[in-house]
Amino acid sequence: METLPWFLLLLPLASAVIIQLALKYSATASSMLSTLSVVVTFIISCFLIGSTAEGYQPWISIGGLDLGIGYKLDQLATGMMIVVTGIGMLVHLFSLGYMKDDKAKARYFAGLSLFMFSMTGIVLASNFIMMFIFWELVGLSSYLLIGHWYQKNSAADAAKKAFLTNRIGDFGMMIGILMLWGVMGTVVFADMNVGHFSGLCTCLTGAIILLIFCGAVGKSAQLPLHVWLPDAMEGPTPVSALIHAATMVAAGVYMMARVFLSLGITPENMEIIGNAPDVIAWVGGITSLVAALMATQQDDIKKILAYSTLSQLGYMVMAVGLIAPEAGMFHLYTHAWFKGLLFLGSGAVIFSCHHEQNIWKMGGLFKKMPITSITFLIGTAALTAVPFTSGFYSKEGILHAAEHAHNQPLFWLAVCVAALTTFYMFRLFFVAFLGQARDHGAEKAKEVPLIMWLPLAALAVMAFVSPWLSQSILPIAQSWDLNLHVMPPMNTAFFASIGAFTVGIAAAFVLYFGKDKDPVNIPLFRNKFYCDEFYARLIKYFQDALAAIIHFFDEFLIAGMIVGGLSRSATGIGNMFRRYAQSGNLNSYSFLMAAGVLLVIYFTVFY
Amino acid sequence: MLFALIIIPLLAAVAILFGSPARLTALGASLTNILLAAAAVAFPVDVSLPILTDLGIHISLGLEGMNSIMLILSVIVTLTAIYSGNCPEGREKLWFSSILFISTGAIGAFLSTDIFFFYAFHELALIPTFLMIGILGRGDRKEAAWKITIYLALGSIVLLAGLLLATAHLDSFAFSDLKAIPAEHQNHVALLLIIGFGTLVSLFPFHSWAAPAYASAPVPVAMLHAGVLKKFGLYGLLRIGMVVAPEGMAYWLPWICVLLLGNIIWVGLVTLNQKRLDLMLGNSSVMHMGYIFLAIAALSANPDNSIAQPGAILLMFAHGISIALLFSLTSVIERKTGTLEIARLGGLAKTAPALAFLFGLAGMASIGLPGLANFAGEVMVFFAGFADWSPADGMGWVQVTTIIALWGVVLSAVYMLRAFRNTFQGPLVTSTQYAKDIHLDEKVPAYILAGTLLIIGIYPNLLLNLLK
Repeated sequence: METLPWFLLLLPLASAVIIQLALKYSATASSMLSTLSVVVTFIISCFLIGSTAEGYQPWISIGGLDLGIGYKLDQLATGMMIVVTGIGMLVHLFSLGYMKDDKAKARYFAGLSLFMFSMTGIVLASNFIMMFIFWELVGLSSYLLIGHWYQKNSAADAAKKAFLTNRIGDFGMMIGILMLWGVMGTVVFADMNVGHFSGLCTCLTGAIILLIFCGAVGKSAQLPLHVWLPDAMEGPTPVSALIHAATMVAAGVYMMARVFLSLGITPENMEIIGNAPDVIAWVGGITSLVAALMATQQDDIKKILAYSTLSQLGYMVMAVGLIAPEAGMFHLYTHAWFKGLLFLGSGAVIFSCHHEQNIWKMGGLFKKMPITSITFLIGTAALTAVPFTSGFYSKEGILHAAEHAHNQPLFWLAVCVAALTTFYMFRLFFVAFLGQARDHGAEKAKEVPLIMWLPLAALAVMAFVSPWLSQSILPIAQSWDLNLHVMPPMNTAFFASIGAFTVGIAAAFVLYFGKDKDPVNIPLFRNKFYCDEFYARLIKYFQDALAAIIHFFDEFLIAGMIVGGLSRSATGIGNMFRRYAQSGNLNSYSFLMAAGVLLVIYFTVFY
Repeated sequence: MLFALIIIPLLAAVAILFGSPARLTALGASLTNILLAAAAVAFPVDVSLPILTDLGIHISLGLEGMNSIMLILSVIVTLTAIYSGNCPEGREKLWFSSILFISTGAIGAFLSTDIFFFYAFHELALIPTFLMIGILGRGDRKEAAWKITIYLALGSIVLLAGLLLATAHLDSFAFSDLKAIPAEHQNHVALLLIIGFGTLVSLFPFHSWAAPAYASAPVPVAMLHAGVLKKFGLYGLLRIGMVVAPEGMAYWLPWICVLLLGNIIWVGLVTLNQKRLDLMLGNSSVMHMGYIFLAIAALSANPDNSIAQPGAILLMFAHGISIALLFSLTSVIERKTGTLEIARLGGLAKTAPALAFLFGLAGMASIGLPGLANFAGEVMVFFAGFADWSPADGMGWVQVTTIIALWGVVLSAVYMLRAFRNTFQGPLVTSTQYAKDIHLDEKVPAYILAGTLLIIGIYPNLLLNLLK
């Protein structure tokens, strides 16, 4: 039992290394190896459900510092491992079909394996430094996979943007880790205790939590660092499903849940970290609203889903901020399956429509791709929280958390977001799947092969059954007062949720059913609140301009005037020497050197 | 054995000057040195050879933790430097003997346990460095050679003054006799040592010699100087400065903090604005010196900080290997495409995937990606910055500096990824369309250096155990 988790971590790494070293030119073998490794890790993960174990290997141990690579299996970790390896496995299978004709298939599967390794590291991490190490490594694998088609300028730029935006978040996170270490004296989660915070100013403790949260803002693409995630859709669609919808982007929520649970922060003692939780909850809430508004006006099927992911991540972060990390984790868990389903479904659509991504050039796909369409509809139902689907129960949990915290503004904000979610998802469904085909690609579309629809079917099943499995997979939900009933209690949250759904679907039906072009045009939403433009200017007119100015001063002031002056006068002296010595300029140096040696002797003898 | 480490490259260099086959001799000497270094680190024996006994000067060599690591760095970079770059036809004698002379000086300086030879060996290494830049450099080589000569000569003189002042109070040149000098003299000595050693390490604002010199220097010289020789100043501050003038260092702490931020933020921004790969790497090397000074700042604030010194040494090693790899690969890029102007490159990963992989790995190492050696060093330095923090009392100089310095991690990612994006990604352009991939010969040094970065990055204790 003690060695099994190491296999979980090292199998995907071995797969990535073997592909890179030996199988670079044999695409089939590398795809098989990568898939095999993820199947085995899924089986191991199932085997480990509910078990607890710990393991540790030293990494840096010197002086007062002891950093190591260790795993800590608990309910949180084993549950998350099921999500990561389960969806990972299905995405690998889907990729076998989707990436069949890609020229760099080996590189693609090496990247996937590297990602599985890094993500497993985050989940298993027993200490903050190990989590940070793998945190950066998922960033690397995300960078490599977004940039898979690196010859496209847009893909190369998106990869770079993702990495750099995450770095900004990690800057805060590293400061937070250092300060937390300063307070706790340890980076090991098991040894942390909120008791160390007592006696410190809440400005300090709150700052530590918020600095750590910066990492989550980057990785989980919360405002204001959300801009990388929509661009990350430049990567292959299975990658978007696995990394940019189901697992990696949720790592921020997982990390915050890990921190809150390790520190033992509960609603009773939350005042010890000041109003940091409020800030977190509002960052999540605002992200979920703004992203949902942006999603209503997108035309690219993957972009709609990307903004939807942002919005749902905002929900989870909000739950964490309401000190209900269990509710956040529960939504993370159900969301991973149905959003994975939606992304793979969009991948199937894109695959069949010859890489067309604009929903206005699709239409009528329901008849041509029945399996994809039905599973996509199931995913949509789960995302829009139709009763009896997984999304319904987890969204109830979040609404309940807001209600429980007596946070009325956030509660109603979450309800609005639910209505918007229903609206944009059914807009997508009506336009892309119903009506008439509006382009050649959609006309000639046909159902995807078995290897691709099988994962869709599996995920569709999970969109219904995942809450009922959560009792054993994610035992954390037991400790929390959301008791899963087939029919939840008839309270405000329930009626608000049903009301939001009705409003959303009615609006989508009226505006978009049977339409051939978008009757609504809201430039602010379509242009994503002009965030990208704003950042582009910030970089151009602030960072790059500042760099140019500093460079100018560096070159012409320090180098040119001060040193240049010295250098010129020295050249003058050098020329003087040259007149005597009749040799190269560098002779003056030899002279200085000799003078130096003489000085040494002088001092030692006479001083 | 320790003598052999110095004598072998020296004899080989002389032999090359007298007509021995240049490349072969150099390779033989550097390979022998790697084996010898491994043996010496495994079984350390101190040696001493008295010369100038009347003045109390001995060539005495010894190995302890710190310089074992510097020795390993020196021999690895020497071997790979011999493999790197393009020796102009007919200049083999000068080329390879210079590499070996620089190596002799560097190894000698790091092995010396006596201030006199510590200093003298370093000067010995500088002379061939200047000559190589002045004679075989590229671009404005005269100007670059002059600049580095003036700077380093002046720095060395300030350093000499500081060292002499210190030894005057110690009455000895031996490292074993180093101890804190009387408090009233510490401030002067510390200032002289900070400026003297600092100039050699391109401490802001004495940094502007470095980037043009590295861009102009023949590749092996850039590798050896940026990778190995520059660490002399840092090693000196740790080995001598911190010992003879701890209170003096503490006195100048605010200045050290400001200057090191000059390296990280100011030079970091300068790096961002570079249009050529070689200048960008030269500046980035200057920038990264700031992180090692951060460890020195932490040590100045509290000499008992047990993380700062191993962190600094680990980072010196990691930086030396990664910058040598980057310079080596840059010369490969220039050979394949004929240019280092970033704007004239693009899409090179398509035609040269192995080169892209190696450069990517080296770039990622230099921006501190976990799993590669630099991250381990940086993270230790950051922890050192917070080791003496008492949360109830607010932030001190070192903590505030550490936080600002962390922004440099973002800056370096920006310039490195931009450069990688514009060089290797995007569509192919004229210069890269028919470029060939990295040749087996050029891969040898790259794999040695990349492998070192990976091994130390995955298990830093391998190196840190030498310090215990």
